[in-house]
Amino acid sequence: MLPLDIFLSAMANGLMMGAVYALVALGLTLVYGVLHIINFAHGATLTAAMYAVYVAHAALGVDPYLALPGLAAIFFALGYMVQRWVIGPASHGDDSNILLVTLGLSIIMENALLAGFRSDTRSIDVPYGFSVVEVGNLFLSTPKLVAFAGSFVVAALLWLLLARTDTGRAIRAVAKEKTGAALVGVRVEHIYAVTFGLGAACLAVAACLLMPTFLVNPRIGNAFVLVAFTIVVLGGMGSIPGALIGGLFVGVVESLSGLYLGESLGQIGIFLIFILVLLARPTGLFGARA
Amino acid sequence: MRSSYLPIAIAVAVLAVLPLGTSSNTTLNFLSFALIVALAAQGWNILGGYGGQFSFGHAAFFGTGAYGMALLQVRFGINPWLALPLATLMGAAVGAAIGALSFRARLRGSYFALVTLAFAEVFRILANAWGFTGGAAGVLVPLRIEAANMQFADRATFYWLVLACVAAGLVLTQAMARARFGAWLVAVRENEEAARALGVDSLAVKLRAITLSSGITALAGGLYAQKFLYLDAGIAYGSWISVEALLAPIIGGLGTVFGPLVGALVLLGLGEATKIALGHALGGAVPGVDLVVFGVLLILCVAFAPRGLLGLGANVRRLLRRPV
Repeated sequence: MLPLDIFLSAMANGLMMGAVYALVALGLTLVYGVLHIINFAHGATLTAAMYAVYVAHAALGVDPYLALPGLAAIFFALGYMVQRWVIGPASHGDDSNILLVTLGLSIIMENALLAGFRSDTRSIDVPYGFSVVEVGNLFLSTPKLVAFAGSFVVAALLWLLLARTDTGRAIRAVAKEKTGAALVGVRVEHIYAVTFGLGAACLAVAACLLMPTFLVNPRIGNAFVLVAFTIVVLGGMGSIPGALIGGLFVGVVESLSGLYLGESLGQIGIFLIFILVLLARPTGLFGARA
Repeated sequence: MRSSYLPIAIAVAVLAVLPLGTSSNTTLNFLSFALIVALAAQGWNILGGYGGQFSFGHAAFFGTGAYGMALLQVRFGINPWLALPLATLMGAAVGAAIGALSFRARLRGSYFALVTLAFAEVFRILANAWGFTGGAAGVLVPLRIEAANMQFADRATFYWLVLACVAAGLVLTQAMARARFGAWLVAVRENEEAARALGVDSLAVKLRAITLSSGITALAGGLYAQKFLYLDAGIAYGSWISVEALLAPIIGGLGTVFGPLVGALVLLGLGEATKIALGHALGGAVPGVDLVVFGVLLILCVAFAPRGLLGLGANVRRLLRRPV
């Protein structure tokens, strides 16, 4: 292979990984945009969703792509209930309390999974796991291409929901001015919970798209969540296009710095971007609000 | 005024006689470990409890203290009694630098939590990749048991050394809370704009707080390195210590002198009890169950005891004292 081909294939892999990062970041940015809090349980929820896909395949023999609609619905319901009956009441409406409650939830989920599944790394075996599509000199993994396309479909659906439906209008109203929204009859607690549920459903979709090519262990969510935070900060907290572009950018940076710096130092590129963006422009490159 | 130091003297005296009641190495190891966590939590409490700046990355300071202590001995042949204060200073310097960067950029709330988390991760990845720190294999401090080398044949001696540091932390916190600086720090926590309007230099106050805070946590890291004589990046810069340093003050009582100590003892005691109980019930160790308990405790505390166990205790006392 020519060096150019190596570079291009790293780029393509970065873009495909970046789309899944974007999907994880979409849930985070949506919750931030509406509730103005950072959901620290996001990574652990992704881990839980990946185990759900694993169990569905290993115990029930359900293909990840077929499990997608059901799992998305289940995680929407779980997210709704957790926000409505745990996070909301426990935090008394105080931002730093929400931070701590979601941190507590993430500790519980991560370690309950560790206790239940032990620290072994697991993966599922699907017939199309190693199939590739040939584009020029590049071999692109089919499941990764599906994940790439799937992420854009979810982003488009989310955008449609927010822009075209009554629920979407209510979510946007609560994000902008929750007192005003409450005055005109929007049930703020309900909308908070719906938003949280949507964030969790995004993770269930991400898990179904990831599992054919990825592995799962109880700590896997951490790897994603810091990347997702980076994307959200980079793209501007609460911005959907920002999350998409930020996700693709971070995917490429990770892939290229892995190529040039080696596997163990590869991740550092992401954190350095993260710290620099936080220090220099915390509203993100696309964020409007301060 | 002096009498406010009496509870500290009593608590330290009680903790000091504990080793006389046991000769079990497991118990002594557990107590030393719990006090090291308590010390790290005392550091977190200065910035997070008194200053209201929640750091999610105190591992950056703990790890710097731990690696400083180990590497100064292994790579430079410095005596541990000198290496420990040096490692503490290194941790404080890292804290001052991170504080200068993030407080100057006016990061607070979730943003501050995130940036500290990211710094701790950067340190972890670097320590894991760099040959000087031993890379992924970690560093081993050679075993040479003599008092001049801060390695003692009797485990109780090291416990007392850690206890002396915790006692110093208690006195320092009490002195700070009573000093003008403590009042400024609380003012910044309660309302930064109002504090600035009254002439408090909030940036300088926060910088001093993070320097002090990270120094104390780094001291805990240095003691950890000397206690276990082995480190790798996952231990020194791992998220476990960031989480425990934050949980202990919140569960014990945020922004109180005894909160971190009470919280660390309760937290680790409960964790250990759960591990043992479940281990007996299921016939084998179950990883992670102690942390599930920590998470549940954190949520319960935020929901029902925002002032921690010490706050709950004060409420109960007030109820009892109320005339019938």
